[in-house]
Amino acid sequence: MRDVGIHILLLLLLPPLLPGVIGKTKAFFAGRVGPPLLQPYYDILKLMRKGSVFSVTTTWVFCAGPVVGLATALLAGLLVPFGGHRAPLSFPGDMILFAYLFALGRFFTAAAALDTGSAFEGMGAARELTFACLAEPALLFGMLVLAKLSDSLSLTGMLAGGYPLELGVTAPALVLVAASLFLVLLAENSRIPFDDPNTHLELTMIHEVMVLDHSGPAFGLIEYGATMKLMVTGAVWLRVAMPNAAADSWLGWILFLAGLLGLAVVIGVVESVMARFRMVVVPTFLVAACLLSAFGMVLLVR
Amino acid sequence: MQTWVDAVLVLVLLLNFMALSAGRLRTLIRAVTVQGVLLGLLLALARGKWELTVLVMAGATVILKGMVIPRMLFHAVREVVIHRETEPVFGLMASMLLGASGTVMALLFSGTLPVVHGNIGSLVAPAALSTVLAGFLILMTRREAIAQVVGYLILENGVFVFGLLLMEAIPFLIELGVLLDLFVAIFVMGIIIHKISREYSSVSTRMLSELKE
Amino acid sequence: MSSALVLTGLLLHAVSGIPGWVFRGYRDGGQRLSVWLAGAGSVLGIIGCLAALWHPPPSGPFLRIDGLAVVFLLPVFLIPALGAIYGTAYWRQNDHPGNGCRLRLFFGLMTAAMGGVTVACHAMVFLVAWEIMALSGFFLITTEDEDRVARAAGLLYLIVTHIGTLCLFAWFALFHLLTGSFALEPIADGIASPAMLTVLFWLAVVAFGCKAGIMPLHIWLPGAHATAPSHVSALMSGVLIKIGVYGLVRALSWLPGVPPLWWAGVLLALGAVSGVVGVVLALGQHDLKRLLAYHSIENIGIIVMGLGIAVAGRTLHQPVLLVLGLAGALLHVWNHALFKALLFLSAGSAIHATHTREIDRLGGLARAMPWTAFSFALGAVAICGLPPLNGFVSEWLVYLGAFHALGIGQAKSWVVAALAAPILALIGGLAVACFVKAFGVVFLGEGRSPEVCGAREAGLLMVGPMLVLVFFCVLIGVAPIVVVPVLDAGIRAWALGEPELVSLSSLARLGWISLGALALLALCGLLGAGLYRRIRCGGVVRSVTWDCGYAAPTSRMQYTASSFAQILGSVFAWVQRSQWRKPGTMPVFPDKTRFRGHILDVVLDTTVKPAFRSAVRFLSSLRFLQAGNIHAYLFYIVAFLIVLLLWKGAA
Repeated sequence: MRDVGIHILLLLLLPPLLPGVIGKTKAFFAGRVGPPLLQPYYDILKLMRKGSVFSVTTTWVFCAGPVVGLATALLAGLLVPFGGHRAPLSFPGDMILFAYLFALGRFFTAAAALDTGSAFEGMGAARELTFACLAEPALLFGMLVLAKLSDSLSLTGMLAGGYPLELGVTAPALVLVAASLFLVLLAENSRIPFDDPNTHLELTMIHEVMVLDHSGPAFGLIEYGATMKLMVTGAVWLRVAMPNAAADSWLGWILFLAGLLGLAVVIGVVESVMARFRMVVVPTFLVAACLLSAFGMVLLVR
Repeated sequence: MQTWVDAVLVLVLLLNFMALSAGRLRTLIRAVTVQGVLLGLLLALARGKWELTVLVMAGATVILKGMVIPRMLFHAVREVVIHRETEPVFGLMASMLLGASGTVMALLFSGTLPVVHGNIGSLVAPAALSTVLAGFLILMTRREAIAQVVGYLILENGVFVFGLLLMEAIPFLIELGVLLDLFVAIFVMGIIIHKISREYSSVSTRMLSELKE
Repeated sequence: MSSALVLTGLLLHAVSGIPGWVFRGYRDGGQRLSVWLAGAGSVLGIIGCLAALWHPPPSGPFLRIDGLAVVFLLPVFLIPALGAIYGTAYWRQNDHPGNGCRLRLFFGLMTAAMGGVTVACHAMVFLVAWEIMALSGFFLITTEDEDRVARAAGLLYLIVTHIGTLCLFAWFALFHLLTGSFALEPIADGIASPAMLTVLFWLAVVAFGCKAGIMPLHIWLPGAHATAPSHVSALMSGVLIKIGVYGLVRALSWLPGVPPLWWAGVLLALGAVSGVVGVVLALGQHDLKRLLAYHSIENIGIIVMGLGIAVAGRTLHQPVLLVLGLAGALLHVWNHALFKALLFLSAGSAIHATHTREIDRLGGLARAMPWTAFSFALGAVAICGLPPLNGFVSEWLVYLGAFHALGIGQAKSWVVAALAAPILALIGGLAVACFVKAFGVVFLGEGRSPEVCGAREAGLLMVGPMLVLVFFCVLIGVAPIVVVPVLDAGIRAWALGEPELVSLSSLARLGWISLGALALLALCGLLGAGLYRRIRCGGVVRSVTWDCGYAAPTSRMQYTASSFAQILGSVFAWVQRSQWRKPGTMPVFPDKTRFRGHILDVVLDTTVKPAFRSAVRFLSSLRFLQAGNIHAYLFYIVAFLIVLLLWKGAA
């Protein structure tokens, strides 16, 4: 019961901290002071109090985008175990629900983008959906490897850790899946090298251009949902990368927090040292992510 | 030892993917360089004991495959090549997928092949097969002459891995022969490429088909 | 009792078109009577089906209503009734005096014939019903027979369906050879050689695959679905092609013994190809109904993949795989019938209002037609397999089957089947892209052409059937437990010899799916209400869409469906062959110019048509033989006789 409480509390409160950490890391690499660590919280709170501007072409779909985006991220967050603790909702086959919840969020975000009738937002929606198509098989291959390793069909079981790690078979498979899921994580959360969240030219954006017309509270929900998605996918990746980390009550939570912040720092470092890919090579890298985890699966079941 | 051999072979397989997905010549050459160094390491690991001959062979492999040949190739890229892309015949994604299906087939069916499996890791035969396939794939689908040289190198690396299986029977004979052949081949190719590029200011093999009568 | 109800229902459907002919003079009278007949038939039929589930009726010499038949009978009764109601507004007798009567006659006949196929347990009854169904389909496709495109689509359908029928004749001939009777029962073990079984398997795949639209045999489907009236498309896509699936499922249960593992491999491969290529081709379409038609191929692919997992389960004696795979396939049959009918009806309502099927000429219909837009959006979410709607439940079952194939739990592993999971994920991702495109470009944004301006919401007769379908989509999505008894009965009827069959509800925790769906709906509701309040508090300004400061935006500048699909088309260029006609170099003062793109069907346009063209070229060189000269023909006969005499004499 206590763990469920902590889980929900973390899920609701922690997400905006991660972009803050990423921002600080990037500022450090650029030799700047950077915005305060809590800036994303201020941004979201301020957005919630602001007025809204709606385009005259929009319909109910325009508001459904942010709402469904956040709702799916929240529900997905309830399915993922945080640091080896049992997830609040867990049943055999929940990994499929997990994957499809993000697809649902994407459906409505992209539809909301098309609702404005702007060419830029249409372009962003097309790109986002294209790249997601290629990222999903990679995720499923990874899930297959984890299911086979743990002999379980729920996220809680699959990410519980404690697999026998052999150098020749299971460890390479797990490393491959971790590498593949890291690429998926970066692509799904629109980070460099797949997408640049800070770019200033509409033509080159992916996720940011889709939400160009949202404003006020709706935009606040989008930002909050995006950070929550980062945290949830990050939590999955952490357990793949450190499968056998202790899951002991308090230590488990502390390790989880440290791991999540560490992941944010790693993303910040990646964003600082890499340029973004040209748009045409992004599919190649996502297919490579697919092949990595597929290769992991073949190694495992051979 | 066995598990270490397998772990290194997984890396060798991944480098095949990297080579297949490389859009730039430099990436391609880097992949084959690392693969060469890993092969030297593999030689030392597979033998299991630190004899002088083993160390000499491993050292020679690392120096030749990991330093001399790559340096020549980088030099060629810097000096004579105008295009820095590998000029694939069809998309990189397609060649990656083909390579992946080749690897999967090698992994699944190598158990049924009539080769000596020995006791040096279960991945040797499939890794050798799929490396040979990847080499062929690069040879077939890249127009750029230096990319073709690299394809040939990867093909040879596959043969080298096969050689590990025969090490008990004919120690090092095959490797030595192959290495020598290879060195000469690269040398000759380097000269030819240089000549071609001086004459035609391009080393794309597409142009070679216009040399007929 | 129950079989009498079902048969009465089918009979009422069969005669439902006749009042239209009799009362042709009375404006809408005949049409209304037709709908009442069809509706009554469906109500009786559905009651009969449910009764048959509780008390299975004894099987007669010609007819049998078992669990599997009930699974397929329910959509046969539901969709045509809704289609008939919709048709009274969509294809009113007054607007179409020439072909309205014929349309209703064959609509009813096809419905009855489809029901006949599902309940037949004698080869002759099966074949007669099958052929009535196929021919009615032809007349429905060519409803507008003054249109050249419709005639061509009908002809292609007729050819393909008869290739299927030919294989079916061969199938039943071999069946009779083996069993000595035409009663359709499972063939006893040991009387058929493995080679014979292989032949029977392939014949079944081709015969029923032609009807179901499995990938290389799908060539008739896009054209036929696009040209037929929308409620006919809904019937064909929702139910007719499922009768092909029914045939395949049934044929597999008639074949004796343990199926070899490669059958499962063939089914999985066919399903994967249909699924991926179907959705990739759908993505490039610019005709709304062709797009939906290609999605039918994709969904048939998912169903066949589920069937493949079930066959693997049968081979390996793994009830887990069998139950999950078959349950996924059967439930997807229903779900696809529901959401595809919904999509065709709502697309039809948009087409009815604007008189164009070109996606790139539509736009912004959501404001003029809110109910239609809502129905289409819901259908789109459902067909993408997204929670909390019905498509998710069936895909989830197939996924579970694929994961179990890895050898998790007690299941014996056959790893290849696990590849179904990433392939389904790819299909799902592509379907989302395709339906965001279709929904977004047709219903959202601004109208792209003058046709859109006059659009008005359809009447209750058209919206009503859509809302019924919406209800069922939500019901199965939120409370999938209600369909478990029917699916269990279907699975039991399919796997007759399997000893340790378990109930679906013990393998898949459907209660959790309900919980997840309800939680999702509740979260959306709460957040939506919260957002609404915050927006009200903050104040709202209405303005134009941000367009980077461009001064004179027009609705033609919106992102089109073609451009939306272009980036994915480039990734999948190895499947999606396209023809582009681009404007050339412009002079200093450019003229008006046109840009056209067209997606080629990977089988029809790039394989079948060229093959036939070269065949025609070759055969036309033999034209001189047929000069139209009676003397020459007599000469041929005599020459042939002489050749025969010589041949016999020499022997």
